[in-house]
Amino acid sequence: MRSLFSTSTDALPLIPPLLGRAISPLPLPPLEFVLNGFLDRILSRNPQIFDRLGPHAGKRFAIKPTDLPFIFVIEAAAQRPCLSVVRELSADADAQISSSMANLLALVEGRLDGDALMFSRQLAIEGDVEAVLALRNAIDDARLDMAAEIGGLFGPLGEPVRRLLGAARDAILRSAQLQDRLS
Amino acid sequence: MELICPAGTPSALKSAIEAGADAIYCGFNDETNARNFPGLNFSRSELSEAITFAHGRGVKILVAINTFPRASALELWQRAVDDAVKAGADALILADIGLMDYAARHHPAQRLHVSVQAAAANPDAIAYYVETFGARRVVLPRVLSVPEIAAITREVSCETEVFVFGGLCVMAEGRCSLSSYATAKSPNMQGVCSPASHVAYAQTAQGVSSRLGGFTINQFAPDEPAGYPTLCKGRFSTELGAGYIFEDPVSLDATRLLSGLRDAGVSALKIEGRQRGRAYVESVVRHFRHALTALETGGEADVTRLKPFTEGQASTLGAYRKTWR
Repeated sequence: MRSLFSTSTDALPLIPPLLGRAISPLPLPPLEFVLNGFLDRILSRNPQIFDRLGPHAGKRFAIKPTDLPFIFVIEAAAQRPCLSVVRELSADADAQISSSMANLLALVEGRLDGDALMFSRQLAIEGDVEAVLALRNAIDDARLDMAAEIGGLFGPLGEPVRRLLGAARDAILRSAQLQDRLS
Repeated sequence: MELICPAGTPSALKSAIEAGADAIYCGFNDETNARNFPGLNFSRSELSEAITFAHGRGVKILVAINTFPRASALELWQRAVDDAVKAGADALILADIGLMDYAARHHPAQRLHVSVQAAAANPDAIAYYVETFGARRVVLPRVLSVPEIAAITREVSCETEVFVFGGLCVMAEGRCSLSSYATAKSPNMQGVCSPASHVAYAQTAQGVSSRLGGFTINQFAPDEPAGYPTLCKGRFSTELGAGYIFEDPVSLDATRLLSGLRDAGVSALKIEGRQRGRAYVESVVRHFRHALTALETGGEADVTRLKPFTEGQASTLGAYRKTWR
């Protein structure tokens, strides 16, 4: 897997504000239901994530896409992993990680380097920095492919979904690289 | 020149191999190595698998056991040496004289390298490690100019290895206690410089402030590039004014010095960054593989390519090209 920064110094595109506002009123429980299935699948297929999380496995990570009106709160406990979607950050999160949705997805896939995003101020962390570091290293080692993981939720339609999402992802990455070359 | 690449996880190790590493250095997931960070490093079984994987692709594995043992816990470090040898490590990177003595006595056939943490920066110091323990290579501290590296390399009877990219430690490596004063944890004995457990960031209207062990050590304006939360790269107010008093947040990038390092007789080039992600490892290793190929073929390397990965979004030639004396 080639990293994005192998050719790009530019930020990935943001979700248009209009789209963010349009999806803001959507009910959250259906999204939570789908994302919990997604989280279960990732953690059950990649149990080594818990080894690397170590004592931080039960902590609550608030993932805040800066271009979406939602916050994802993940509790990666081995026995009962849980993901909730909220509109306002609750005070009981151990750590908060903020960046654009595209950056967060690229981080999860290991296409971006977390330290580089911190240096360029595209990523902000608050709270338990040690837990965030453990999470970053656990995810980076897992070599997740989000298109394949989401595709896996769709049963017999999984392969076409994976191809569609993979093509969309690659198009976004290519557009960022093109913008960089033109700038 | 051999390209020595960092790996903090088995996945990063595979990325380094795919990108063109000749050798990879890594460590166990405990305080025996100088990058003892949460979620990082290798278990015993991961190291064995990594060595089998790397050797199958003609790549060497160097195991860093480069912290200094506590007198009350020598066994932890000695076991690390035994386990790395048993796993088939191509070399051990050691800093402590006692541990090097242990390795030389118990595993006389094992290749030993002197870690940068040993701060062996002159021919006499290096000769001691070579003559006493049979060390085959020394990793030189990042405080020497290229002519000084050339002079040392001519005089010593072992190989020399130098850093070409990444975090730039300008202190006497293995001796610096700045972080210890703020956190009560030691970079040299526990492998944690600025441990994440003692780091805190606060987002404010003025930007982000970084704290270490409760001390505010820097504040970055909203669009100002940032660096690691280390005291040596902190910004302080003194009688002489406010600013960086040890060093700026900046990364070493010696891409443009490769021919000089080759002419100096250097055997191996090292990339810092076992704490970094796969994207860093893949991109930086690939860059230097291309640069070394360009060096052989008379081509030119892109010297700006790695800027996104640099601390403070800035690079330096550091002491390699000294301008202050």
